[in-house]
Amino acid sequence: MVVLKAPFTEEKIRALKVGDMVEIEGLVFTGRDAVHKWLSEGNAPPKDEVDLKDSIIYHCGPVVMEKKGSAKGGGPKKKYVVTAAGPTTSTREEPYQAGIIERFGVKGVIGKGGMGEKTRQACQKFGCVYFHAVGGAAQVLAEAIKDVEGVYGLEKFGSPEAIWKLRVEKFPVVVTIDAHGNSLHKDIEATSGAALQGIYSELKK
Amino acid sequence: MKAAQQKKFFDSLVEVIRKTSTELPDDVVRAIDAGKAVESEGTSAKYAMGIITDNIGIAKKKSQPLCQDTGSVLFFIHYPAKGTDYDAMTKLIRKAVATATKKGYLRQNSVDSITGKNDGTNLGPGAPTIHAEPWKKDFFDIRLVLKGGGCENVGAQYSLPDSRVGAGRDLLGVKKCILDAVQQAQGKGCGPGVLGVTIGGDRATGYLNSKEQLLRKMDDKNPDPALAKLEAEVVEEANRLGIGPMGFGGKTTLLGTKVSALNRVPASYFVSVSYMCWAYRRQGAKISAKGEIVKWWY
Repeated sequence: MVVLKAPFTEEKIRALKVGDMVEIEGLVFTGRDAVHKWLSEGNAPPKDEVDLKDSIIYHCGPVVMEKKGSAKGGGPKKKYVVTAAGPTTSTREEPYQAGIIERFGVKGVIGKGGMGEKTRQACQKFGCVYFHAVGGAAQVLAEAIKDVEGVYGLEKFGSPEAIWKLRVEKFPVVVTIDAHGNSLHKDIEATSGAALQGIYSELKK
Repeated sequence: MKAAQQKKFFDSLVEVIRKTSTELPDDVVRAIDAGKAVESEGTSAKYAMGIITDNIGIAKKKSQPLCQDTGSVLFFIHYPAKGTDYDAMTKLIRKAVATATKKGYLRQNSVDSITGKNDGTNLGPGAPTIHAEPWKKDFFDIRLVLKGGGCENVGAQYSLPDSRVGAGRDLLGVKKCILDAVQQAQGKGCGPGVLGVTIGGDRATGYLNSKEQLLRKMDDKNPDPALAKLEAEVVEEANRLGIGPMGFGGKTTLLGTKVSALNRVPASYFVSVSYMCWAYRRQGAKISAKGEIVKWWY
């Protein structure tokens, strides 16, 4: 088990390799379809709110409940709680991801299902990794989210599509595309394809 | 149904939805545990299976959705032919879906395909989907499958002969198609998965019947010996593909396969494959004419 703590420097990212089981600790930003499209159209969130340099983007549309808790000594304070937060399918962001990694210096992408050739190349070139979370494990992953530190674009994108700033601890993922050109998805696709042909030829007999 | 019975029926429906979204049936949990047991220590496959079993426990304890994608809401219902007001019944089902959504058992998950709007109720054309048939018995059989988008997207339908797969119009061809669907899906369907497969039918009845196979228990036995053999072979062979949980590589790619056959017209030969993710949310209840849950089916 590798523990990856913020700040997410290029050195720490380059040290990771395909197959590493990692627990992430620090701030991650959610972003899915609407955000990726918006960023790719040349837009950017204000840096003081969402600084994507050396950041980790999480392909996730969390279920967030708004709770009004009273802050000590102050008035009522809005507090968000994430009740379910599993990854969504990453390939939908394949057209956009490489450009966003390059332009903002994103160091990690969390999602599920893997990503394609453009993203693999961008990870290698710019020092980024793809972390695969366990799809469907919405409760385990929500428990690893310790705090919601803010949200950007709630009006513009709607709750599931907004950029949520999540403080995570022991957030469990597996590196499936590393910064050295390796992709577990590419490998498994090839080995399972060969295995399938092997089974087909047995069936003919 | 009188007002008091309607209220009970409605409460029972909400409970069916809650239980389906937050708890996996025992037969599925046993299959997942068995899959976890065969993965080697220290591998990412074992790691993923551990996270999956933890997730099942937490969701049940907290009574919260196992997966945030609470999926397509698919009801399969039998209702007493005598004395059931069909319109009143479907109205109560729709109301129960809206209430379960408000309570957070279902995500606001239904989008208008033309405008892109999500009104947050989970109600609309085809949402929920209700397959209902009358029968002579005096109770309701209400079964529910919640099927997420990730696994629905990797479903596949083949029209045989299929030259890409090299599949002819026989059970060997059928098997090649099923294995091809598993290989094409890789980890994208949130495996280890369970397949519902239908041979024959038309395109619509084939897919519908393949989903109905998902109502079968993991450990049941197909009464047709040829299909029972096919089911066992597909699982054994698919698990040799090495795709593993989440596509991380490993021994557990499929937990099970259920195959059925429908008649076809001579010109058509379809193989319809529905892939269900590990978060195999399926539940059902016998509900009395008074609206009370008498027993759970799974």
